[in-house]
Amino acid sequence: MYESILHHPNSLFGQFERLRRELDDVFGISGLPSSIRSVAQGTVPAINVGRTPGSIEVYAFAPGLDASKIDVTLDRGVLRIAGDRVSAIPADDPKVQVYTRERGYGSFTRAISLSEDIDPSQVQANYRDGVLHVSIARRESPQPKRINVQ
Amino acid sequence: MSEKQKVGGPGADQQQRTVQPAIDVFEDAGGITLLADMPGVSRDHLDIKVEGDTLLIEGGVQRFTPEGLEAVYAEVQVPRYRRSFTLSRELDTARIEANLKDGVLSLHIPKQAHAQPRRIAVSAG
Repeated sequence: MYESILHHPNSLFGQFERLRRELDDVFGISGLPSSIRSVAQGTVPAINVGRTPGSIEVYAFAPGLDASKIDVTLDRGVLRIAGDRVSAIPADDPKVQVYTRERGYGSFTRAISLSEDIDPSQVQANYRDGVLHVSIARRESPQPKRINVQ
Repeated sequence: MSEKQKVGGPGADQQQRTVQPAIDVFEDAGGITLLADMPGVSRDHLDIKVEGDTLLIEGGVQRFTPEGLEAVYAEVQVPRYRRSFTLSRELDTARIEANLKDGVLSLHIPKQAHAQPRRIAVSAG
């Protein structure tokens, strides 16, 4: 994942990249088009997408969920992951004093547009240690054919 | 999350980049409860240490990516969580209870028995 096109967030270039993005937000000028489904920085759950020759692998970092209640759907090439996390902080208890509340609660949805060569009948998902891993097989691409020169 | 990892010289592990996990902290009469989001961390990659009055939680994300995985899009780039806290004296660090489930670490630090809230009788006159 470190070789991805996204810059290392703490490197010098990463800091300039972050500054550029913040300025883009302020001035509203952004040269590159982004996916129509892209979301703001820091949207929860965070997602990593990788590709092997035979599959697309999607990882959603969503801790503290009930696996049976995570909703994963694949519809016309768009993978949607939805779920709901309930707050673990006792609510409205006068004896409880809350100091920090950084973890997010509530419902979430993430949508990822997948490439056209996926095989929607071969999708697997598992949830382990708070990471939802969805694996979608890609259709076999035809092998390059060698053409003999007469 | 890829198989490739930048390896430095000796001592590189201590300087590996880390990210602070999001936490919830609340206190009740029995002690302090801390919840930390550490998705991708399993029990054998989790370290909880208490040194003096400092509590340190650290966890590594195990790599379970298939062969030949090529990154396409990565919002999570740092595979290690780390955060430390200063505890106050009335917390009983010897009796910390920790539980890790589905990437959520929950720690309960009870107060010292003598530090439980007590009403203090006020004598008149």
